[in-house]
Amino acid sequence: MMAWLRLHSMAFAATVTKLARTPFTSLLNILVIGVALALPAGAYTLLVNLQSVARGISADPELSIFLALDAKKDDVAAIEQRLKTEPLVERATFKSREAAFAELKASAALGDVLSALNQNPLPDAFVVRLKQNDADALDRLAQSAKTWPKVEHVQVDSAWVRRVAAALKVGQLSVLVLAALLSAALLAVTFNTIRLQVLTQRDEIEVSKLLGATDGTIRRPFYYYGALQGLLGGAAAAVMVWGAITVMNAGVADLARTYASDFSLHMLIGTDLASILAFAAALGWLGAWLSVSRHLREFEPQR
Amino acid sequence: MIEFSAVHKRYPGGYEALRGVSFTVADAELLFITGHSGAGKSTLLKLIPVIERVNAGSVMVNGQNVSAMSSRAIPFLRRNIGQIFQDQKLLYDRSVFDNVILPLNVTGVHPKDGAKRARAALDKVGLLPREKSNPIALSGGEQQRLAIARAIVNRPSILIADEPTANLDAQYAGDIVDLFVDFNRVGVTVIIATHDEQVIARASAKTKTRSLRLTSGRLAEDARASASAGDTANTGAPAS
Repeated sequence: MMAWLRLHSMAFAATVTKLARTPFTSLLNILVIGVALALPAGAYTLLVNLQSVARGISADPELSIFLALDAKKDDVAAIEQRLKTEPLVERATFKSREAAFAELKASAALGDVLSALNQNPLPDAFVVRLKQNDADALDRLAQSAKTWPKVEHVQVDSAWVRRVAAALKVGQLSVLVLAALLSAALLAVTFNTIRLQVLTQRDEIEVSKLLGATDGTIRRPFYYYGALQGLLGGAAAAVMVWGAITVMNAGVADLARTYASDFSLHMLIGTDLASILAFAAALGWLGAWLSVSRHLREFEPQR
Repeated sequence: MIEFSAVHKRYPGGYEALRGVSFTVADAELLFITGHSGAGKSTLLKLIPVIERVNAGSVMVNGQNVSAMSSRAIPFLRRNIGQIFQDQKLLYDRSVFDNVILPLNVTGVHPKDGAKRARAALDKVGLLPREKSNPIALSGGEQQRLAIARAIVNRPSILIADEPTANLDAQYAGDIVDLFVDFNRVGVTVIIATHDEQVIARASAKTKTRSLRLTSGRLAEDARASASAGDTANTGAPAS
């Protein structure tokens, strides 16, 4: 067990030494991986920001059911009962015409105008929230609610929700495609780096094998190298995205100000950042594994 | 104990290096494999640490059939076999010391223990003062002694050397032979492939030796020599 740990720590130390011994080459490799990862990571960051904007505008899909002005308490109760039995409905909030009127009065802009009215023009209303963000279900419920007695008007924002969802989906797919393509590039870079290392260390590998090194011991430093290179590449990508967003935010702030908003782009943090780093390290490991598996086969004894 | 039974080895391309070789080496024997070049000496040695595998027959090392050993088990076999290669296989990108400690590093020995054992091995072959040098700066005889230090640092019970005195002058060759005799005296089984009769004569003058002569992949002669009597008992070629 101790020997095993020691072999790992020695492999890791050897990897760091190897990276440091050829600083220029290592830096270039890390840069290439960083650029390859920065593109999908940056696109993903923008997408996440857009998603939060879209969520701010459309929130979760809601349905407003406005009742006729002459609706009685019994009618309200009947509709409330119907909404309760609808399986799709998560929550239906009743807003009485009196409450709505009082609320509107309290708001500064319209308060004076409304005070001048001698009767309440607002209807009773239900604000319905659905269990799932499904534009079709929203439409279906709206259609059926329109036929209920004493329902005057049903308002639904499903078209807008649908468009935003579709646009975000396209964005997500593009990021995925981009990520897949550039992951292949990362694999290729690692594969090639490790191939060169195997070639330059042919003698050491051969001698180590002859002296009783297991396959694992011989492969381990290459795995570490690939993973560490990937990880550093991922970190470089994060720094690039961070820099790009910092630069872009200056422009975004100006744009947002014209909409009286203090919106700004956010950097990836927490799990997103961790998963990009982990993904980069895993890809580096995979590239090293592919390369080592392919190039170490020639050292096997022949039967 | 090492036991070859009807060993055949054919290389890709059809060249038959060994054709039905059988013999047994007892523990702590000093055994020479002789024969003209191409007789199969190197091949025979390579079968013991499974650098090559037999095509037919079997090779047993300490009760294990190594010819059928899985690739995963081979590294552990090799740790118990000190090997001195014909081309030495020293690493010229690191110091003498780092060359010797390599077999310990690949098995996860504690660096402190490893350093102690590496220095002991270097001291044994008289290279301790050169531990920081690069092997390229060593003479031919010193390089060979470095290869020996690396082979014994694991304290193997079996030591295999392929032409360890080739390209060395008589003085150096004698030193090398004396080292092997020393290891043999402390109980190590030593197997040396050589075509140098003087090497065998020098060893036989100091201790009991045995010589197997290969001719075209067959065992031609199995001779024992004893230092005390100075006589040579020829047990003849086994039927093959």
